Amino acid sequence: MTRALPVLTVLAAIILIWYLAAIGMNAQWAEDQAARAGTELTTGQLIADTLSQDRPVLPAPHQVAAGLWDGVFGQAITSKRSLVYHAMVTLSATMAGFAIGSLAGILLAVGIVHDRTMDQSVMPWAVASQTVPILAIAPMVIVVLASIGVTGLLPKAVISAWLSFFPVLVGMVAGLRQPDAMQLDLMRSWNASRSQSFWRLRLPSSMPYLFASLKVAVAAALVGTIVGELPAGATSGLGARLLSGSYYGQTVQIWSALFMAAALAAGLVVLIGLIERITLKRMGLAR
Amino acid sequence: MSALPILAVWLGAWGLNAVLARLNTRLTRILVPLIFGATLLVLWEMIVRAYAVPSVILPAPSQIWASFAGNIPLLWGDFVQTILKGALSGWVMGALAAIVTAIAIDRSPFLQRGLLPIGNFVAALPIIGIAPILVMWFGFDWQSKAAVVVVMVFFPILVNMVAGLAATDALQRDLMATWSAGYWQSLFKMRLPAAMPFLFNGLKITTTLALIGAIVAEFFGSPTRGMGFRISTAVGQLDLPLVWAEILVAAIAGSLFYGIVSLIESRVTFWHPSQRR
Repeated sequence: MTRALPVLTVLAAIILIWYLAAIGMNAQWAEDQAARAGTELTTGQLIADTLSQDRPVLPAPHQVAAGLWDGVFGQAITSKRSLVYHAMVTLSATMAGFAIGSLAGILLAVGIVHDRTMDQSVMPWAVASQTVPILAIAPMVIVVLASIGVTGLLPKAVISAWLSFFPVLVGMVAGLRQPDAMQLDLMRSWNASRSQSFWRLRLPSSMPYLFASLKVAVAAALVGTIVGELPAGATSGLGARLLSGSYYGQTVQIWSALFMAAALAAGLVVLIGLIERITLKRMGLAR
Repeated sequence: MSALPILAVWLGAWGLNAVLARLNTRLTRILVPLIFGATLLVLWEMIVRAYAVPSVILPAPSQIWASFAGNIPLLWGDFVQTILKGALSGWVMGALAAIVTAIAIDRSPFLQRGLLPIGNFVAALPIIGIAPILVMWFGFDWQSKAAVVVVMVFFPILVNMVAGLAATDALQRDLMATWSAGYWQSLFKMRLPAAMPFLFNGLKITTTLALIGAIVAEFFGSPTRGMGFRISTAVGQLDLPLVWAEILVAAIAGSLFYGIVSLIESRVTFWHPSQRR
């Protein structure tokens, strides 16, 4: 309870500020409408109007909640208006990309740890590539792949794979290097082969690093998929919902898609955290 | 048949690197990644030429370079619009706001316990999604891009800065207390310097985020210049060498941005173990 109370207080404050901002930002439109109709609005009417517009500048929290509820529970799952449908499209591409990206990252990290040539050749570029805003070219990748006939889930998965690849690579290299010289010497004194000391020492001790970077990677993969859905032509997925909402001024639709994406990201991170807790506990690494 | 020279170049460069890597001197540690990068470029060029890959799919490095050299004024205009006006101003504003907020909530443990979980949560969200909303609010010019960048960089820096302000240990705080230092004295002379490694960690993470935010926000609407605008229109005209030239600019800008921040970091936090040689 002592941990929940401050968080709840801050959340309540955020919602309050949000309501005040919604009233302030939507008031202009309500007043314009009233002036056009030649009527005067009382303060109460003005506030009521600002919180219930069709296309508000800033939708009030309850409007977003209603939009989310309608999108999740109010539509058939196969409907184009269902947020569950769009979230599933985004989720499937995210998971495919995340799986490819983290597997590639782990494999390359194993190579880097065991081979000095690979370490010195690839590692500086892997670190430098972190500073390149690669996500910004995601829509281009989609268009180019579409022009050679690759459409659907794969192009988006390529982007999220690329984005989740580097956190896992960097984290796993650090993790596999975690055992210190004394532990490696101990393995050697037991006459352990390279593969034995990999499976029994390096890999287990890299697990905390792996999970920390997987959490970063899954969030990055989701962002990559959503940005990948932005180019015109994409009709399904949360990114396409964002873009069509911004084209038609449907602010409630944008905010519901945004909150759906946030829930998805939170769910994925929590899920990996759960797997982490179980795995580390069974390995006796839990703190 | 054309695969043979490509394979030969790869094996030759890899063999050279393997020999150099075994020497493991200071010079070879710089040479090896350079050779690797140059090899990739040469292979890229060879593959594109040997298999006549259409430039719509993958332009050769020489074509990209020609496009880069031929469009310097255009690219510079985009750079100013997106990086200097959008990303940099947003990054500075977001960083200052985050630092001030961190110092403010640092005085209240209640606010800290409330804001930190939310800050950590928000830092993992696909914040880039608010770009269309902010473009709607602040218009098409650089102000909306700066706003997106402010929101994107705020929470990572806030979380790092709060952690940094808590980084002093009880012994150090007691020492300041025995010198009867006030809140502001101990803030400026002890806790802010101690927080610098954490702050710079946040600043470095967010350099890339700032560029991404500024470029992606341009996909939702922009004036007729800017890197995001250029990328999306050049893709439409299938002028892929120009797109890659913009990517090259973004890569150079990103590395420079990161490099400058790390340079300042090594000057400011010269006392920290990670900076010692």
